[in-house]
This record gives sequence, structure tokens and C-alpha cells, in this order.
Amino acid sequence: MNRSVLNFWVGLFVLMGFFSFLTLAFKVGNLGSEGSGHTYTLLAHFNNIGQLKERAPVRSAGVLVGRVKSVRFDPVHYNALVKMDIDSQYHFPLDTSAAVLTSGILGEQYIGLDAGGDDKMLKDGGEIKLVQGAMVLEQLIGQFLYNKAQDTTADSKGGKQK
Amino acid sequence: MTNLVEISQLNFGYGESLVLKGVNLTVPKGSLVAIMGLSGCGKTTLLRLMGGQLQARDGSVRVAGKELNHMNQRELYGMRRQIGMMFQFGALFTDLSVFDNVAFQMREHTNLPENIIHDLTLMKLNAVGLRGVHAMMPSELSGGMARRVAMARATALDPQLILYDEPFTGLDPISMGVIGRLVRRLNDALGATSVLVTHDIQESMRIVDYIYFVSDGVIVAQGTPDEIRQSTWPFVHQFVWGEADGPMPFHYPAPAMRADLGLQEV
Amino acid sequence: MEAVLRGIRLVGDRTLRIVERIGATAVFLAVTLMYSGTSLQRFGLVIREVFYAGVQSLIIILVSGLFVGMVLGLQGYETLQNYGSAQSVGVLVALSLARELGPVVSALLFASRAGSAITAEIGLMKATEQLSAMEMMAVNPMARVVAPRFWGGVLSLPLLAMLFSTLGIIGGYLVAVVILGVDSGAFWSQMQAAVDFRHDILNGIIKSLVFGVAVCAIATFEGYEAPPTAEGVSGATTRTVVSSSLAILALDLLLTAFMMKGWD
Repeated sequence: MNRSVLNFWVGLFVLMGFFSFLTLAFKVGNLGSEGSGHTYTLLAHFNNIGQLKERAPVRSAGVLVGRVKSVRFDPVHYNALVKMDIDSQYHFPLDTSAAVLTSGILGEQYIGLDAGGDDKMLKDGGEIKLVQGAMVLEQLIGQFLYNKAQDTTADSKGGKQK
Repeated sequence: MTNLVEISQLNFGYGESLVLKGVNLTVPKGSLVAIMGLSGCGKTTLLRLMGGQLQARDGSVRVAGKELNHMNQRELYGMRRQIGMMFQFGALFTDLSVFDNVAFQMREHTNLPENIIHDLTLMKLNAVGLRGVHAMMPSELSGGMARRVAMARATALDPQLILYDEPFTGLDPISMGVIGRLVRRLNDALGATSVLVTHDIQESMRIVDYIYFVSDGVIVAQGTPDEIRQSTWPFVHQFVWGEADGPMPFHYPAPAMRADLGLQEV
Repeated sequence: MEAVLRGIRLVGDRTLRIVERIGATAVFLAVTLMYSGTSLQRFGLVIREVFYAGVQSLIIILVSGLFVGMVLGLQGYETLQNYGSAQSVGVLVALSLARELGPVVSALLFASRAGSAITAEIGLMKATEQLSAMEMMAVNPMARVVAPRFWGGVLSLPLLAMLFSTLGIIGGYLVAVVILGVDSGAFWSQMQAAVDFRHDILNGIIKSLVFGVAVCAIATFEGYEAPPTAEGVSGATTRTVVSSSLAILALDLLLTAFMMKGWD
């Protein structure tokens, strides 16, 4: 095998491999969309996080701004402590609210951030105070039935009074 | 005349059994010595001990005044630059061309510029008459040609000692004659010393200076070709004249024929 | 009773032999690394082996990757459609390829295509006394023959695995988007949202690197230790494929467990 032919093929092979690496990183993976790669941490306590997992997306206005770093049980407050890595190009006011939301009906759960109007911004390690935990289907149904029952009794009472 | 190879009281074996027992052997500088014997008698082992590929159990193997036994790898590798070896079927590197095979040691061990390596390699190939095949791959060569290339490769760094392992095996008579004459000519032209392991008695008697006979791990006879030819010693006589039966029996030791065939004495 | 004892003894004997073999391979790997200096100084030796191990495996890797991706796309579409989330087929294809199928299947193909070739070549070089001849020329075969082949293979496999995954995703795209009509934008955007560079792509590459080391260590070891006969070499070639495949699957389990738990 001629040396230069061999080098040509190996060079082509390496270039192909490099190209597929770039494709995987930017087109398939999130290396391009995840911005600079520098992040800062925000905290939030939730009563219930539902099915939220590590590495779940953190979105604001539907745009990916970070990812859940860790989910721990807080033994002091008896609730869930969620740490989030937020892309350092985005900053949020102190009175920003966080909620555990679900994409679609059966989709994955993510944290939605709703920016407030405060002048001061949350810093690295800051805590989001305004939180809303995950909707639990059983509780929702329970609440719905309870309300419905109340409505009907109210209606029937009303009917009798007429 | 000084001896380039001196072997004394050499024992070698695997496990319990000894392959070589108390071998004494000397190879004078500049001479061409053959070690002969039947297949499996330990003669190739003897050659490998001279190249330092095997280490003797006890006794000494000295090449150019240096004891090979108990050398470490670095010292052995230093020693081997003085030794060229040709293997049974040439053992050319199948992934390299003929030219690269011969140039292999020059590239590995010297810092010679490529144009000098080119000239030296072609000269080495010319010495075995095969300058014309330098671009071919070993798989394109005939058996005799492959061996001549292997000879060119073995002598690439002008070694003091050249070892040949069965250079004649499986060759037609003409190629055999060519190889035989080349062995002699390279030895004399390079001022080297050569040791030849073979069982081809006729061809080697034409070219060598001295012959050792090995049987069962022991040197049983030695002498110049003329002495060997006139020897009346039964083993040598059988070997030289190729007789089927003699001290080396035709039959491998076995129980009596009648017993093996299950014939009972009635 | 006697039969049971004999059975237990057989199991013990086999186990010891396997452990012994793994140990010997590890020692051989260490020696290979020790003699790798020459390969790094004369990188041309390694490039040659990248050609024989990597470039020559390209066709089988590319074609297999494409087909595996197409099958994944088809199967994923069928299943996901039942839940009304056929757009997620991109996620399914990309994640299964990047995390598992890319590294594992390409390593298995590599073991049978390039690993067996390495074993056969080294084994034949030994059987035809080429390795002895090299030693007699004061050149260490570990440095000149084994180490370049080892490094050539180790460098090739991650590249092949990435190509496998990429082609697989293209295959999935062809089936899901071009043929079955999944929305192209949703296909890519959902994939991007779900596939993480460090956790999925990089971990996959790390896997294939580990598999490459394992396959090449086994292949060179089996070749170097092969009995110098025709049966010896053919047996060693078979052993390379079998042991490599088992090693790949076992290591995959270990690595996956570690990676899911997180390294820290």
C-alpha cells in the first residue's frame, strides 16, 4: 500500500470522525443550544416535585435557560430542595416565581421560571421564594370531585329554596 | 585462530527432560560450521542458544568472548546487532516489501539518510542476485528467492556471526546449490563466521569447513567433510549414505508385533 | 455424589482459567503500554494500523449504522404513535444510539472485523517466525508490532462509533421524517432538548474508548500467545471474537451503571 494513498484514507477517516463528532455535539446534542456552558446555581424549595428528575430542563417563556442539578429531600423543612444550573447569560429578578410543570399531558416535567419586576437580580446560590409544586393527579381529581359535590349541594339547596 | 563461538558443558531442557546434554562446541573465526542431525535432535535449539533466544540451564555460551547466559534484554539486543540469522523459511515480514525487509535493520538501528539506505539495500540485494525484485512483496517470491532475500536481510548490518536455520529445507536442487554457494560466498566476502543447522548432508559437505553431528542432545561425531565421508562410525555412515536402517532404527520402539495385533500364543 | 463433585470441580477449574486469562491479558496490556514509546515517536506506524483497523471497517460500520437507525426509527414510530408522540422518535433513536447501540454495536463489529484480523496477523507472524526474526534483529516485537496495532485500534474505534451513531440518526431521520412524515423541526428540536452532550454523547465516546482498549488488548494478546500452528491461530481468532464480545457487554453494564449513578 502506497504511503500517500494510506495517509489520504486515514486523513479522510479522521475528518469523517471529527465531522460526526461535531454533528453529534451540535445537531443531535445540546452543546450549541446550551450557550456558553458557564452556569450559576439557583435554589428552590417545593412542597412536591412530582416526577421531576435531575437534568430536567428549566425553561422561561418556553426557552431552555438551564437544567436541574439536583433534587434532595430537605430534612429541616420537610420538603424538596431543587438546585438548578442556570446559563450565566440569563439573569432573573429577585421576585421570580418557579413552578413544576408538565410538557403535554404525559410529557416530561420541567421547571418554569416566571420573571418578576424587581430591580435586584438573583445571584449565584440565591433562592427563588415564590414556588408552586407539581400538580398531583389524585389531588386534582379529589379537589374536582369535592368542588363538584359542593356545587351540586349548593344547587339542590338553591332549588329547594325556590 | 580464535574461536568466535565457544560452548562448553551446556545443558538445556524444558521441565524435567533435557534436550541438550553436556554439549561442547567451538566455531573458529571465519569458518563455516554445520550442525547436523535428525529432526528433533536439538540442533535448532543449539542455534537459538547461540542467538540468545533461549537461555541455557547451565554451562556457558560465549559469542565473541561475551557470555550470553544471564544477559539482560538490553545487553542481548546489543549483542544481536553482531549476529544475523536466517530462519527456516526466510521469515520475511509479509507486510513489508522486499526492499523494506532488507532495509529494516538499517532503519531501526542506524540514523543513515534514506539515500544511503537505498544504495546499501540495493547492494545487499545485488549480492544475492535479486536487485530486480526489490519492489515486490514477499508473497510474490518463490521459496528459493525468499530465502535469498532473507540472507540479504540477515547480512544487512555486516554481522560477525551468521546463523542459518535449515536453509535448504524444501528447495529444488538448483535453488539448493545457489543457496549453498551464497552461504559460502557471503561468509568469505564479509569476513564473517557462519553456523549452519541442516540435515542436508550432501549440500553442506560441499561448502562447510567442519561438521558436528548431534543425536539425542549429545554431540556424537565431528570432523571435516573428508573425515566424515571416510568415517566408519555406524551412525555417521548411516546418515551420510542415507540408509534406512542402522543404529537409528527404522521402527520406533514398540511392543512385539504379535502382542499389538492381539495374536495370542496358543 | 461423585458426579456432583466433579461438576463443581469443573466449574472451579473453568473459573480459575478465565480469571487467569483476564489477568494475563491485563499484564500483557501493561507491557504493551510500557513499550508504546516507539509508536508515539514514529506515528507513521500507528497511522498504518489506523488504516487497517479503522478505514477497512468503515463500510460495515456505516452500513450497519444506517440500517440500525432505520429499524429504530420504524419501531419507535410504531410504538410512539400509539401514545400520540411520534415526534419523539428522534429522541428515541438518538438516545439509544448515542448511549448504547453506537458504542456497543460498533465495538462488536470492530471486534469481529478488525480484532480478529489483528489476532490472525500477529499469530501468523509468530507462526512464520517473523516475530523471532525481529527479536534476532534486536527489535522488540512488542514495540514494533504489538503497540502500533493496539494504538491504531484504540484510536479507530471511537471514530467508528461516532460515525455509527451519526449514520444511525440519519437512518432514523430518513425513515421517520422522509418516509413516515414526522415533522422535521419537531424531530430535531425534541432530540436536541433531550440529548445532553456530556451525559449522552461524551459518555458514549468514553464507552467506545474503553471498549477499544479491551478489544485491542484481547486481540493482540491472543495473537501474541497463539500456538504457532494453523489450528492455534484459527483458535486464537475465534477466542478473540468471543472474549471481546463478552468483555464489551460486561464492561457496558459496568460503565452504564457508573454513568447513571454519576462519577462523582
